[in-house]
Amino acid sequence: MMLQSALDPAGPQSARISHLWWVFLAVCTVVYVLVLVLLFIGVARGRRPSAAPRASEAGLTRAVAAATAATVVTLFVLLAASVATGRAVSEHDDPDPLYIKLTGHQWWWQAQYKDPSPDRQFETANEIHIPVGRPVIFIVGSADVIHSFWVPSLHGKVDLIPTHENTLWLRADRAGTYRGQCAEFCGLQHAHMALLVVAEPPAAFEAWRRDQIAPARAADTPERRHGERLFTSLPCALCHAIRGTPAGGRTAPDLTHIASRLTLAAGTLPNTRGHLAAWIVDPQRIKPGNAMPENLIAAEDLQSLLDYLGGLP
Amino acid sequence: MSTAEPGARWPRVGEEETERARAALEKVWAEPRGMVGWLTNVNHTAIGRRYVVTALAFFLLGGIEALLVRLQLARPESRLLDPDLYNQMFTTHGTTMMFLFAVPVMQGIAVYLVPFMVGTRNVAFPRLNAFGYFIYLFGGLLLYAFFLVDAGPDAGWFAYTPLSGPQFSPGKRVDVWAQMITFTEISSLVVASALIVTILKMRAPGMSLNRMPVFVWAMLVQSFMVLFAMPAVMVCSSMLILDRLVGTHFFNPAEGGDPLLWQHLFWFFGHPEVYLIFIPALGFVSSIIVAFTRRPVFGYVPLVLSLVATAFLGFGVWVHHMFATGIPPLGQSYFTAASMMIVIPSGVQIFCWMATLWSGRVRLRTPLLFVLGFVAIFTIGGLSGVMLASVPIDLQVHDTFFVVAHLHYVLIGGAVFPLFGALYFWFPKATGRTLGEGLGRVNFWLLFVGFNLTFFPMHQLGLRGMPRRVYTYPAEMGWGRLNLIATLGAFVLGVGVAVFLWNAAVSLRAGSLAGADPWQADTLEWSIPSPPPLYAFVHLPTVAGRSPLWDARPDQPVVVGLRNDRREVLVTTTVEALLDHREVLPTHSLWPFLSAVAVGALLIASIFSPRAVVPLVLPVAVTMLGWYWPRGPARDAAGAEERPLAREASRLSPETP
Repeated sequence: MMLQSALDPAGPQSARISHLWWVFLAVCTVVYVLVLVLLFIGVARGRRPSAAPRASEAGLTRAVAAATAATVVTLFVLLAASVATGRAVSEHDDPDPLYIKLTGHQWWWQAQYKDPSPDRQFETANEIHIPVGRPVIFIVGSADVIHSFWVPSLHGKVDLIPTHENTLWLRADRAGTYRGQCAEFCGLQHAHMALLVVAEPPAAFEAWRRDQIAPARAADTPERRHGERLFTSLPCALCHAIRGTPAGGRTAPDLTHIASRLTLAAGTLPNTRGHLAAWIVDPQRIKPGNAMPENLIAAEDLQSLLDYLGGLP
Repeated sequence: MSTAEPGARWPRVGEEETERARAALEKVWAEPRGMVGWLTNVNHTAIGRRYVVTALAFFLLGGIEALLVRLQLARPESRLLDPDLYNQMFTTHGTTMMFLFAVPVMQGIAVYLVPFMVGTRNVAFPRLNAFGYFIYLFGGLLLYAFFLVDAGPDAGWFAYTPLSGPQFSPGKRVDVWAQMITFTEISSLVVASALIVTILKMRAPGMSLNRMPVFVWAMLVQSFMVLFAMPAVMVCSSMLILDRLVGTHFFNPAEGGDPLLWQHLFWFFGHPEVYLIFIPALGFVSSIIVAFTRRPVFGYVPLVLSLVATAFLGFGVWVHHMFATGIPPLGQSYFTAASMMIVIPSGVQIFCWMATLWSGRVRLRTPLLFVLGFVAIFTIGGLSGVMLASVPIDLQVHDTFFVVAHLHYVLIGGAVFPLFGALYFWFPKATGRTLGEGLGRVNFWLLFVGFNLTFFPMHQLGLRGMPRRVYTYPAEMGWGRLNLIATLGAFVLGVGVAVFLWNAAVSLRAGSLAGADPWQADTLEWSIPSPPPLYAFVHLPTVAGRSPLWDARPDQPVVVGLRNDRREVLVTTTVEALLDHREVLPTHSLWPFLSAVAVGALLIASIFSPRAVVPLVLPVAVTMLGWYWPRGPARDAAGAEERPLAREASRLSPETP
């Protein structure tokens, strides 16, 4: 089961924050119990017969002053802990981080892997692979409205704001697949804007990166060739790109290695042949309001298209 | 019943004179009758009641929307509401609760109570006050008229740009939202002005600032906050509507506008808004605790200073809503510290109330039960607020259900529980009958249990990764069980509210008669009959201490010398409440209603065509001119012109008959 929990940390930032959370929770619980106990004692005392002795005003003044002083001290301690944690999670000293430019769209994630040498740059969508143990710097922005990038097991969130560039660095110390989700209300399908971060050992990451940099696998059977022709001649290619083919649309997810991904439609469906067929034919039923139109294509054409897309690892 | 007699607590001026005065006042302050009379009435009791009843009606509508939202989220992948309807539903819920319920209900109660509490006969500017109510009503009707035809706003009650801008929210939905804001803010500003002047200039002689009831202080502080906070949201909603209707680019990044400007302006209003709602509630709490511990509140000065401090700090913390937008670290640390600091005045207040309970003689009646519930719930909201002030924690739980839990603990715990306490407390004053105590307890426990069942699990949902404002979630996320509990809790909460309505309906007819002072409380409103006569006091009272009724000397003087044949009230000095001069308040008039209709027509028409603003300014000008048309110098009964009123102040003095 893939969880996205702030209390299930897999990297140093989320671990520090979750530690800070437990400190705050402990302090707040003690404070709360004290308040309730004093409240109940107060009410119980107040309900005794009126002859019983009352607390003196001077005593109460001292008690209120002491409680206020304790509040101030407690807040200072919490403030110090918070600022220290904030500093710790925002600094890193690794000279060789991985840079990923992440752009939010209604309602999917565009990830561009940066590299000093242009032939090692590539683009993918909705699924980000990162190497375990190496810092990753996300440079985030938005193509339309404000979104927010949030993978709770790795770090807190950062907003994706049009024309503002924000950065966030994080590191995964444990291999695994971590789910994230858009955290800023971004319209009709805010609920279906998820992404996966797959943290892998460096060797596995390098292998994945090599595969991603490569252009799409050439269509090698008649069905796949037919599928490729359909893809480039139908409206698909207006929005989607498949590197190595004439399809070069820039407004929708890059599908060069669609078959290598775990999910479809930004974490909405598992990536299976059946789901892909359903998505191609009637995406508005699955994710109402998204930019992809319904496609009325013949059954055998659909099968060819599925053969083709399913063969793009 | 002797306590029901006006003047019973005060030495009589003379039976015969009192009766004459009463008869004259009854005539002068009489309410106009009939449908047109309803529209022309400017008495604060009527306007205050309307505010409260209208706001409670919106509270019920907002509650129904909340139940539908909860039903949709009760199980994963639910298809009960489609995403479009869901977005309209949660937007309208938030908008209703913040703008049409929480602020107006507090202001409405204040419009009703403050003149009684300070010992006068109406609010200052009664016509403006009536105008404010109609504007508020029209704003609310506008929102719901569009909501019913599937054109309710759907960009969230915070309407972040660019999502709410012309490109991503075409149609009229967001325009309706933005103009509704303008309506409700005009109304809030108007009421705030009336309350400030009433409180500062119309207090009973002897009620110096340091003797004002804590509730009156709370309303004074709240009204000043309204003056500073509401213009920010009016400016930003007007800029938004300009972006949408006439193609300005304040928030359009493509043309050099800035979407973050919206967030700064909105939260500069939005955070103080929380205190606008919560500070009056602190006033309720003080009144109730004093009455049910039978002692003056402990730590009056620190309590009042805490209210003022909260108001100031409330304007310095807005950026904690924006930690994820990329604020530089120094700024983050400042806003963390400021947000944590606001706990200090809240803490002082809670400690002072606890000290009052510790040293008082407690009667555990329904209003006090709600106050205890307030402490138990609000403290959790305050502590989760401390967590949210911490930037690292906030970055994890911001925009998740943790924040939904937090804000409901603060607003329902901090404002709605005291509000219910206040309704139980002042219902007898307003209606003459007491709300049922047994049903009151059932009401309290249903609300208390339902509330915690609904909102406590949301803390955990947020930590486990559930974002806010999602219309559905996949089953494998494991959020289903906690969401189901929350939905069940919401229905318990709903039953609790229904019990209150039932109790009110029954008690209105058959509740036990309250008399003037059912709780043996200490403030001036309890010295007059229940329900209060329209002129409130036969003779305006004077005050000898912080608890006017408990501190009154046996020979406590009353004010004599005011004319009873017109709506005359006493104006006193701001700090000491010394006699200053007499003022004649205006009587009923249709102009406020006509002006409200003209302003409403202008604002609504502007949604459809910006050009409509030009011709529709005319009716606004005409109605305002009619309203303010000079009436000539005041004439006395013989028709002779009166001398300026201020010069007559020397003739006035409190007298001990």
